[in-house]
Amino acid sequence: MKGAPYAHPSPTTTLKRARSAPYFFLLPATILFALFFALPIGYAVWLSLHKVKVSGLGLGAGARKEVWAGLENYTDALTDSELVDGALRVLGYGCIVVPVMLGLALLFALMLDSDKVRLAPFTRLAIFLPYAIPGVVAALLWGFLYLPDVSPFYYVLEKLGMPQPDLLDGGPLYLALSNIAVWGGTGFNMIVIYTSLQAIPAEVYEAARLDGATPLQIALRIKIPMVAPSLVLTFFFSIIATLQVFSEPTTLKPLTNSVSTTWSPLMKVYQDAFGKGDIYAAAAQATIIALATLLLSFGFLRAANRRNKRDVSQGGVR
Amino acid sequence: MPNTKRRRLFVRSAATSVAVALGATALAACGSEDAGEDASGPVSLTYWTWTPGMDKVVDLWNKGPGKKDQITVTVKKQASGDTLVTKILTAHKAGKAPDLVQAEYQALPTLVSNDAVADIASEVGDAKDKFAEGVWQQTTLGTDAVYAVPQDIGPMMFYYREDLFKQYDLKVPATWEEFAETARALKKKAPDKDLTTFSANDSGLFAGLAQQAGAKWWTTSGDKWKVGIDDAASQKVAGFWGDLVKEGAIDDQPMYTPSWNKALNTGKQIAWVSAVWAPGTLTTAAPDTKGKWAMAPLPQWSQSENVTGSWGGSSTAVTTDSKNKAAAAKFAAWLNTDGDALNALAKESGIYPASTSAQLSGAFTTPPDYFSNQPDFYAKAAEIAESTAPSAWGPNVNVAYTTFKDAFGKATKDKSDFAAALKTMQDDTVADLEKQGFEVAE
Repeated sequence: MKGAPYAHPSPTTTLKRARSAPYFFLLPATILFALFFALPIGYAVWLSLHKVKVSGLGLGAGARKEVWAGLENYTDALTDSELVDGALRVLGYGCIVVPVMLGLALLFALMLDSDKVRLAPFTRLAIFLPYAIPGVVAALLWGFLYLPDVSPFYYVLEKLGMPQPDLLDGGPLYLALSNIAVWGGTGFNMIVIYTSLQAIPAEVYEAARLDGATPLQIALRIKIPMVAPSLVLTFFFSIIATLQVFSEPTTLKPLTNSVSTTWSPLMKVYQDAFGKGDIYAAAAQATIIALATLLLSFGFLRAANRRNKRDVSQGGVR
Repeated sequence: MPNTKRRRLFVRSAATSVAVALGATALAACGSEDAGEDASGPVSLTYWTWTPGMDKVVDLWNKGPGKKDQITVTVKKQASGDTLVTKILTAHKAGKAPDLVQAEYQALPTLVSNDAVADIASEVGDAKDKFAEGVWQQTTLGTDAVYAVPQDIGPMMFYYREDLFKQYDLKVPATWEEFAETARALKKKAPDKDLTTFSANDSGLFAGLAQQAGAKWWTTSGDKWKVGIDDAASQKVAGFWGDLVKEGAIDDQPMYTPSWNKALNTGKQIAWVSAVWAPGTLTTAAPDTKGKWAMAPLPQWSQSENVTGSWGGSSTAVTTDSKNKAAAAKFAAWLNTDGDALNALAKESGIYPASTSAQLSGAFTTPPDYFSNQPDFYAKAAEIAESTAPSAWGPNVNVAYTTFKDAFGKATKDKSDFAAALKTMQDDTVADLEKQGFEVAE
């Protein structure tokens, strides 16, 4: 490399400056991270290790003190059957939402990607649009549709003399809740998968066709394996979204006796913090949920990555 | 795109745990401005309230007595109920609570036990005569202190569709036994109609019914709290409604849903156990049936009794964080005892005043628009208000109320024993008190 025509400062200062530059550029992000991420989390953890201690009747000044609780809030949370039940309910909900939503998203993406589809831009937008509707609004809309007395669906069913299931109770409740999530989330996942389908080079298809592959075979043998990374990604998003389900059941709660105020773990956190006013227990539960979410989602990512690597190495051998 | 999305989700997952923590800082930040110096001279106060139209009432103060005393009040509109209590407590933790807050009666012990509201006995003690004894006692918690000035009350009443009662040849029930018979009689005559519903989504209704039956949910003996949620009176009330639900004599779906509105509006439900504020709710829920409803006293547990419970109602309290407690107390007293203020409150906010004299004057000389068919509506209401049973609130009403929703919601859904749900409510409430370190008497 030839020297540049402009004057250089001494090489050591350049080096020094070059070394400090990354830190300088990192500074804003680090500060923001510390202020709005690390610090609040730290405070939540601090709260989770404390509790309130009242003396006497608890009336008047100084009757209430914040004291060290150790891991008491955590053991309480982990032995609280309501939190465990909530986790199980969410698991059941997730078992419906994730496969249905991703299955539909993949199907729609493949269909949009095929050459024969008409009105593709419009259809794409129509499927994506529900994602743009805020979760609470969506849940309210569906809530109205689920209430037999005001729902047009029930009106039609009644006129046709068909059975009218109670969607806000028992097993159907899970379907009702899942439906809201699927309706809202399919479009987003479809776009992610569709985008990566678009990125597959045309030569691959050409080669496949020359080898005599049918469109179905192309979809199953080429397209799906090649978009596997996006499927992993959407699955990852979906797990997190499922674990955090809050607005749909909270919005449906006032409409039925079947959704308790602690239906999902996050609802329990909210209820303890803002219903019962026990922010200490709520902080402990929130920490547990955050850890569980991290563990599950990153655990899944690692497993998926390992598999990917293995596939690649096997492919190399073959 | 995937990267930002992933980041966002990641942030959101952690935000869960952060939300609680952030509450403290964020709320503190939007708390009151500094409320001036303690010395006399211009004082500005902040007032957290959810009452609609309160800014107009406060304008009266700022232009009238407030101007003279150089006390300016600024209204900051809030969400109602439990969320405001949490917000006040969080702001108080940061030492930034506003000078004045609106507080439901049942929330006062919680606020007092967090040392969030101040004793203003010396400033507003004289106002005692303006209120019924049972109302005033809710702001003293049975002590010598006064923690708030009563604003509005919610004496409970029985509302029914006059025309449909006539059509089905039903008598307005004077006792709860008659109430149950009326429900059954209606079911027989019109199987698709219900007298009313048992709603598990409003704890205040059940609390008021228990209060009418003589329940005392929280009492003190010495330095200990005693919880009587599972007492005989409440058991009687729970059993009564549980049987009606189990039998199918009444509906069991929650109130305040689109379905409920429709049921009231179309005459599928023909009565409602409610409180004095019902006309406002009915106006929006059942607009088509205006003028077809009538109000009667709540059914009694025995012929000879004449007592009602209360559902709702709130007071104005001064916080311990206020630097101008005397000025704030002066405003609180004016707001809830002055004739002009109460008139404006009735007109602008549609509240039913706690002040006894205001209940029969000004806006309350004519019936509410929705009840124009019942000219003596407010005369009757005032009479009923007088028969309000004393209430007994404790420091963790919020816990009992939350448990009510879940336990009774489940019992209603399963048509199972309401007594067990009541027991759950009692146990959870006691457990929470003990967890906080309160001494609880057996």
